[in-house]
Amino acid sequence: MTVRSYGEINARIRSGEVVVMTAEEAIDLVAAKGLAKAAAEVDVVTTGTFGPMCSSGAYFNFGHSRPRIKMQKVWLNEVPAYAGLAAVDAYLGATEVPEDDPLNSNFPGQFKYGGGHVIEDLVAGRKVRLQAESYGTDCYPRREIDTWFSLDDINEAVLFNPRNAYQNYNCAVNLGDRTIYTYMGILKARLGNAHYSTSGQLSPLLKDPAFRTIGLGTRIFLGGGIGYVAWQGTQHFPAVHSGANGREFGPAGGTLAVIGDLKQMSPRWLMGSSFTGYGATLTVGLGIPIPVLDSDVLRCATATDAELFAQIVDYSDAYPDRRAENLGFVSYAELKTGRITVRDREVPTAPVSSLPRAREIAATLKEWIQKGDFTLTEPAFTLPPAGRAAAARSLEIRGRE
Amino acid sequence: MTSRRIVLRFNAANVDEPIIYRLAKDYDLVFNILKANVSPQLEGSLVMELKGERYQEGLAYLEARGVSVQPLSQEVVRSGERCTSCGACTAVCPTGALSLSRPAMQVEFDKDECVLCQLCVAACPVRAMEVHF
Ligand code: SF4
Ligand code: SF4
Repeated sequence: MTVRSYGEINARIRSGEVVVMTAEEAIDLVAAKGLAKAAAEVDVVTTGTFGPMCSSGAYFNFGHSRPRIKMQKVWLNEVPAYAGLAAVDAYLGATEVPEDDPLNSNFPGQFKYGGGHVIEDLVAGRKVRLQAESYGTDCYPRREIDTWFSLDDINEAVLFNPRNAYQNYNCAVNLGDRTIYTYMGILKARLGNAHYSTSGQLSPLLKDPAFRTIGLGTRIFLGGGIGYVAWQGTQHFPAVHSGANGREFGPAGGTLAVIGDLKQMSPRWLMGSSFTGYGATLTVGLGIPIPVLDSDVLRCATATDAELFAQIVDYSDAYPDRRAENLGFVSYAELKTGRITVRDREVPTAPVSSLPRAREIAATLKEWIQKGDFTLTEPAFTLPPAGRAAAARSLEIRGRE
Repeated sequence: MTSRRIVLRFNAANVDEPIIYRLAKDYDLVFNILKANVSPQLEGSLVMELKGERYQEGLAYLEARGVSVQPLSQEVVRSGERCTSCGACTAVCPTGALSLSRPAMQVEFDKDECVLCQLCVAACPVRAMEVHF
C-alpha cells in the first residue's frame, strides 16, 4: 500500500509541487476528506515542540592560542565545561551552573544562569568569556588563558543533545501538603495544579509512534537551524501505555539524540531557562517532517489530542521514590481545556511547553520544505519501536561482587 | 508615622489562621487591605498597608507564623519579547492575571488583576516576569 517514496517526495519538493501540512492542518483534512483521499493528497506532515530539554549541550573547538594550551579545566562565563577531550575541545552541558552558584542552599534556589544560558548568549551573537587552566606540557606549555570569544571566532560549535523530544510526558501533580519545585514547574500542595509538557497532537514522536520514518540521519528543525537525528536518545524506552483494565493509552517513552551546527541556530529557539528549586536548563525548539509513505503513516500523524494521553503522576512522593504508580490517564484534549479531575477533585492545568511556538516550528518547517530548501532524508536505520527497544534498567545500590 | 505597603504570602498551613485580626488586636497595627486572594486551605496572598508603633513586632509575629512578608513592588511586568507563552505561570498565578487564551494557547497578562505577589517571577523559566520597584 505504498503511496510514495522518499525519492518521489524529494522530486516533488524540487519541482515545487509538494503538498506539506502541519499535523493540525492534516487532522482537519483527514476529518474533511477521509484518510485515503488525504493520504493521496499530502506528501509531508510537519510537527513541532518547544520545551525545556535538560539533556542538551554543545561541544566546541576554540582554536589554538600562542603559545598553545592543553585545556584541562574550562569555564564559559564561569560555567564549567568538560574538557577531558583533545587540547582545545570541550563539551558544555545545559544544566551545568557556576561553581559559586548557591544552588538550593537558600531553598528554592533560582539557578539564574547555567550552560543553557551560555548557549543562548552564543547564538544571540554575544561574547562569552573563556577561561581555561592546564598543567603545561612540552608541546602545550601555557598553563592558563582568559579571553573572550563569539561564535564566529571559533572553529566549531555543535549542538549535540543526548536526549530530546520526549515522545510523551507525565502530567505532574502534587499530593503532598507543601508547594514543590520540580522540573515540571511549581506544583502547589494538595492537587493545586497539574502541569503537562508536550505539544500533544503536534508533538514529533507522538506522530510517528512506531518510528516508521524517524531514524539515524533524519533531517529536522533544530534550534532554528537544520539538525539531524544522531541516534536514539538516552532512555529510549518506547511503549504503549495501558491502564488498569487493559485499555490502551497510546505511545510514550521514545526519545532522540540530535545534532546540528550551533552557528546557524537562533536565540528564539534555544533559550536558557531556570526552574526555581530545580536547576538550569535549555529550552529547545525541535520539529520533524514526517513523509506520508502510506496511509498508515498519515493515520498516526493525524492522531488528535483526544486520542493521545498523559499519565498523571504524583511528584511529591511516587516520582522521587521511583514507584511506577499513576493517578490515571488524561487526554491532551482534556488537559488543554484548563481543568481535569484527579481523585474527584477539579484541578487547574497548565502546560510548561509552548504550544504557540510549537505551531510556529511546524509552520516554519512546512515553509522551508515548500520553498525547496529542505528535502527529506531516508534514515540509515529507523529507531527501535515498542517491543524491539531495550527495556529500562534501574540503578541498584550494591557491592562489587 | 508612615504606613508601609507589603505583600503577605500564606501557605496551606497558616492560611486559615486569624492573622490579620492578631496584628490589629495584639500589636495595635492599623491596616488597609489593597488586594487579596486567599482561598481556604490553599495558599494565598494579601497586599496591604500597615502602620503602627509595634510594626517590627508585628512583622516578627508574621514570620513566626510562617507568613512571608515582602515590600510591595511598584509593578510586575512581562517582557513580551522573552515570554514564549509556555504557560508555566498560569496555574501558579493566584488571580488569573496570567491566563491562557483558548484555543490559541497564548498567554495573556492582565495587569489589573495582578496582586503583585511575584509568584510568577519564580515560576517563569525564561525570566520573562520582572519586578519593578
Ligand atoms: S505577581 Fe504574577 S503571579 Fe502574582 S498576581 Fe501578578 S501576575 Fe499573578
Ligand atoms: S512562564 Fe514566563 S514565558 Fe511562560 S507564559 Fe508565563 S511569562 Fe511567558
